Amino acid sequence: MFNYTIRRLFLAIPTLFFISLIIFLLLDLAPSDPTANLPLTIPPEVREKIRQSLGLGEPIHIRYLLWCKQFFINEPLNIMEQWFGWDIAGDRLRVLSWQTRSPVVDLIVQRTPQTLWVVGMSYVVGVLIALPIGIISAYRQYSWFDQVGTFISMIGFSVPTFFTGVLMIVVFSVWLGWFPSIYDTTHQVTDWASFWQQIRQMVMPVAVLALFNAAQISRFMRASMLDNLNQDYVRTARAKGLGERTVVLVHVLRNSLIPVVTVIALGVPQVFGGAIITEQVFKVNGLGQLLIISIQGGDLPTVQTLTFIFAFLIVLFNLIADVLYGVLDPRIRYD
Amino acid sequence: MTVLDVKNLRTVFKTRQGEIHAVNSVSFDLKPGELLGVVGESGSGKSVTMMSLIGLVPSPPAIVDGGYVNFDGQDLLRTDQDRLRGVRGAKIGFIFQDPMTSLNPVFSIGFQLSEPLRNHMGMNKTAARKRAAELLDLVGIPDAARRLSDFPHQFSGGMRQRVMIAMALACDPKVLIADEPTTALDVTIQAQILELVKELRNKLGMAIIWITHDLGVIAGIADRVMVMYGGQVVEQAPVRELFENPQHPYTRALLQTIPSVRGTRTDKLRVIEGQPPILYAEPSACSFRDRCTHAFERCGIENPLRKTLTSGHDVACFWDPATGEARHD
Repeated sequence: MFNYTIRRLFLAIPTLFFISLIIFLLLDLAPSDPTANLPLTIPPEVREKIRQSLGLGEPIHIRYLLWCKQFFINEPLNIMEQWFGWDIAGDRLRVLSWQTRSPVVDLIVQRTPQTLWVVGMSYVVGVLIALPIGIISAYRQYSWFDQVGTFISMIGFSVPTFFTGVLMIVVFSVWLGWFPSIYDTTHQVTDWASFWQQIRQMVMPVAVLALFNAAQISRFMRASMLDNLNQDYVRTARAKGLGERTVVLVHVLRNSLIPVVTVIALGVPQVFGGAIITEQVFKVNGLGQLLIISIQGGDLPTVQTLTFIFAFLIVLFNLIADVLYGVLDPRIRYD
Repeated sequence: MTVLDVKNLRTVFKTRQGEIHAVNSVSFDLKPGELLGVVGESGSGKSVTMMSLIGLVPSPPAIVDGGYVNFDGQDLLRTDQDRLRGVRGAKIGFIFQDPMTSLNPVFSIGFQLSEPLRNHMGMNKTAARKRAAELLDLVGIPDAARRLSDFPHQFSGGMRQRVMIAMALACDPKVLIADEPTTALDVTIQAQILELVKELRNKLGMAIIWITHDLGVIAGIADRVMVMYGGQVVEQAPVRELFENPQHPYTRALLQTIPSVRGTRTDKLRVIEGQPPILYAEPSACSFRDRCTHAFERCGIENPLRKTLTSGHDVACFWDPATGEARHD
């Protein structure tokens, strides 16, 4: 298993380079112009000069290699300098955002906590709700619990978050006034009162996203449990005189979790990708929102870097899912 | 003196198409150390009968709604789930048809073997593991102690069935119910398993109910045979008596379907024409009459009851093969 993981990690390197190239080429093909959002009074010659100063005059392979150098060499060196207090070699060109002129990595570092708090928490909550619901729905198939669960899942699955989000704002912020409608990212948690305020502003975005996540995962869990509940080994476990709890929560659950864990692991990169729409609705300035404004502004370095980081996370969690699969299922051994 | 006494057992499946009467007034008993063979084609209610005894039929849709099962001084149909669980796997062991799917693929053999020991005998982990190794050794798995940490997929079909047998025997049961344990195995492995069960019976002395549709297996292993059709027992006799003097047309037809490897091949393979019935209601007539070559008027009006002919031999049929005419009541 260890050798397998190492081999997969090495194989990921060419994959990621290839992905970065594809992203770069696609962005180059896109008809976006970083100066398009500037005032119309700026004359074309000046615009051209701005483009030249951003490095757009260079041929495409030079621009790609420059990005590679900045992202794969300069940025890691920079991080190491910050962590260990080294000072290797003065000034290095970092990946700079065209819009803000600040390093993209710094932007990402600023945006990540909000995304992790809101979207990550919603994923955790969603999974924690979904697993028991899936288990009980399958065990009591067609009971009222299962019917209600199916109905709610269908709603969570089919009603988009921009609708549930706005609906919640109308009901809980406007009518009832329980929760703030806007997520305040400048809010600092210093004491219990501010912690409570943080919880209050997280409730709605987390609830909206958790409903969506739980709907998906609980369906998976239910289907997987149903697949296993009718297996012969379940009858064997009952014939051994084991209690229903042991039969379901040990024998059936362990088998049912194998595909579900894979699905959960593969869903984690989406957490980092941010929930673009939900972040917009609740004004959470997370990674999803950063990506959107960069795309709108034609800020290619930011889009390129963010997209590449998402790609990296997807590759990484694919690997994690595969390794987990091997850990959970003894029939699968990679060595 | 019987170890298991079943009277008028009835199991009904409530399905969307209506009620299906899978087991209809089945009565039989089992003496200590006896091997009772149960034969009948697929769908005749053999497995459902045995699973109904100890509450293994999934409910819903199944309802075991009549009769009683006397085992060890208690009626298994009227005990609570906890006590029934104490019987399952401890006093009544079960072996199933398909060893490839009957073991949990994600747990080691040692864990699965230890479960009944820890559950019923209150053993701790080490004691259970030690006993599990002994059990594997007992069923003839070489290098038992080391193989405890192996997973089911690392065993062949025959070996897995041995593991199933070891698991069923873990707590020294009084009764072992084997539901077509050799059907999924090839013939040489089947012979090995039969030998193993015979040997274990002599060694441990439990009573065995052996469900099969293979009359050859029955002839080689059983003391007494029960023939089932349409969820009912149609004939029951000691094994020699049944093979020499079959009474029920279904039993006779079954015996004729056994292909012979001796002599010249003149006949085609014999079959019993038609399908076993799906019983949407409790049978009010003989359920075999549509496929029976001897059926007459009365068979369509009345369901024949089991009648004792000689000691230990009873049959549920109006037709008498000795005279070729209706039996006199």
